[in-house]
Amino acid sequence: MLEINDLHAGIGDREILKGISLSVNAGEVHAVMGPNGSGKSTLAQVLAGNPSYTVTQGTISYNGQNLLELDPEVRAQNGIFLAFQYPVEIPGVSNAYFLRSAYNEIRKAKGMEEVDPLEFLDLVEEKLKLVDMDESMLSRSVNQGFSGGEKKRNEIFQMAVLSPRLAILDETDSGLDIDALRIVAQGVNTLRSPENATIVVTHYQRLLNHIIPDFVHVLANGRIVKSGGKELALELEEKGYDWLQNVDAGAGATA
Amino acid sequence: MSDVATRKGSRDNATVGKNGADPVNTRALSPIEAYRANFQHQPAAPEWLQSLRAEGMARFEALGFPTTKNEDWHFTSVAPIAERMFHVAMTSESGISSEGSTAGMVARADLKRFTFDQPAWHTLVFVNGEFSPDLSSYAGIGDKVRVNSLAKAIRSGVGRPERHLGKIAAFENHAFTALNTAFIRDGAFVELQADAVVDEPIHLIFVAEGEGEAVSHPRNLIVAGPNSRATIIESYVSIRDSCYLTNAVTEIALGDGARVDHYKIQRESEKAYHVGTTQIRQERDSQLHSFSFAVGGSLARTNIYTSLDGAAATCTLNGLYLTDGVQHIDNQTSIEHIAPNCPSHEVYKGVLDGRSHGVFNGKVYVHPEAQKTDGKQSNNNLLLSPTARVDTKPQLEIFADDVKCTHGATVGRLDEVAMFYLNSRGIGSETARMLLTYAFAADVLETIELLPMKEHLERMVLSRFADSGS
Repeated sequence: MLEINDLHAGIGDREILKGISLSVNAGEVHAVMGPNGSGKSTLAQVLAGNPSYTVTQGTISYNGQNLLELDPEVRAQNGIFLAFQYPVEIPGVSNAYFLRSAYNEIRKAKGMEEVDPLEFLDLVEEKLKLVDMDESMLSRSVNQGFSGGEKKRNEIFQMAVLSPRLAILDETDSGLDIDALRIVAQGVNTLRSPENATIVVTHYQRLLNHIIPDFVHVLANGRIVKSGGKELALELEEKGYDWLQNVDAGAGATA
Repeated sequence: MSDVATRKGSRDNATVGKNGADPVNTRALSPIEAYRANFQHQPAAPEWLQSLRAEGMARFEALGFPTTKNEDWHFTSVAPIAERMFHVAMTSESGISSEGSTAGMVARADLKRFTFDQPAWHTLVFVNGEFSPDLSSYAGIGDKVRVNSLAKAIRSGVGRPERHLGKIAAFENHAFTALNTAFIRDGAFVELQADAVVDEPIHLIFVAEGEGEAVSHPRNLIVAGPNSRATIIESYVSIRDSCYLTNAVTEIALGDGARVDHYKIQRESEKAYHVGTTQIRQERDSQLHSFSFAVGGSLARTNIYTSLDGAAATCTLNGLYLTDGVQHIDNQTSIEHIAPNCPSHEVYKGVLDGRSHGVFNGKVYVHPEAQKTDGKQSNNNLLLSPTARVDTKPQLEIFADDVKCTHGATVGRLDEVAMFYLNSRGIGSETARMLLTYAFAADVLETIELLPMKEHLERMVLSRFADSGS
């Protein structure tokens, strides 16, 4: 589904990703872990097409398409979804209007009929239950006045409604208490299917107790320094990240 | 002077329209001299009005048109108005049609799009500043309310407009108000007796219509008795895309405990000039809720001035201005806190596109006696193009020591992070831009209590930004 090959990217002159290669197949869950500043979030943003980041080298192929040529909205229409680490507040636009617009844009891109507000309401009701949110949130402005946990649940709610092929969760666990964490994980697990893939970007192992990954990759200084199965996450929990950064330095990689 | 020279030999040299009964020959006159000539040419009026007009004319001549050296006009040059020779707009008196009516110039159907689809609202229509009974309807407005054309009240003396006229709208230092005062003739005169409650809004529609560059000076007087309540809407519209000047003044007196919701909807033609002042005086416990929506005109200035004279009077001044192309829209507000315990709240927002220029100047004066004043003022602007410009000047002057006042202004562009957020959900840039712009503006429209008005303006704003997504 997703083939990342020797990806270099950054902001302005500052290179953050320094040669990432990663292959994700349908049905798989990949965890991308690493210390702060290792480039995890940059990878997530680049995949979603954030124009603040520049790709200087490498390729990304998504279902055979050159992903880097696609505008962010086209990526979304083709099934890529990024759950933001810091979901954005949009005063004056209701969640219902926002999400229905998104839903309809994606349907339009697929040549499908748009849904009207009532049909849409029917459709989202069960998804709200999935993340334990009340229908009243639909008439509130997007993320405005939401607690940290509500914002993250809203991301998962949006994901559930838009049902992406490739979901990227960027630090979705940060700032969540254990209950919220469970709700978020449950949401993600419900959406797992053999057709879909998920990339979970996280600093801590604890989310991976709830969302069991097939693969774990450790990022340090903009490179994947180690890949393994789910047991790698436990090893990281125990040893921290330092030993891997030493490995990276030992390989003579970076400053 | 050069302007006069270039206009020599043009189609009309007279300051009365070509159908006018008594053209004044303005060949070789400066625009101000032409106003003087037209001033002297006005039909006779009661003595009190003659002298009020004369005071206005004298002040106008002494002040002249403001220049950008005048602090109140620092960001707005009125040269296009000052240098133009406007005709006196055609009215029935200038001989366009049968007695007492401007019928035929404007049809009811022409006005439909300006009526907010509310046939039940009491509507008074003024064509080029003159009351049009044929186009108006306000039957059943209630017996505690008197609605009249100001011209008729002046003729008959009913309601004694001289008690208030010229006493609220200061023209000592305001040239355009002085000019309007020199030409007081017609407009709306609304009187609410004590405890009168008008359920349906009173909609005053000022239509500019006719050939050539004409000027009208609508003058309105609203007197709200103690504990009365009404919603008043002033709409300034044009049926055609013509060039003209509207120089309007509205005076509002709010008695003890009275509440007036005032809406000013400025939708003049894109080529028009508009200067409008609404000045209010508020007695004890009175409430003013003002909303100013400005979208029309090539050069437009709206002044909303209120004076909180009585204790515990409250005012809300909100507004939204949307500019595009080469439009220049200026909003000036003034809140005088004279008495103690008065809250005042103000939110103005602007969305500026193209090469347009917006101005906000909001003054809040807290006088020494106005203790316990609670004043909040903000002005937020969204620039949609690199060539749009806004000048914002919130001013707070406090001479009392026990007050709570805040003010602030922002100028920004569309939030790129929010843009990306919308994009990342599949929403294309055009729609995202429209949504975010709409959201920015809709926030202040939310404060409108009059539902049909709120919904109408929301639709207007939405379609405006949906159409200009490029």
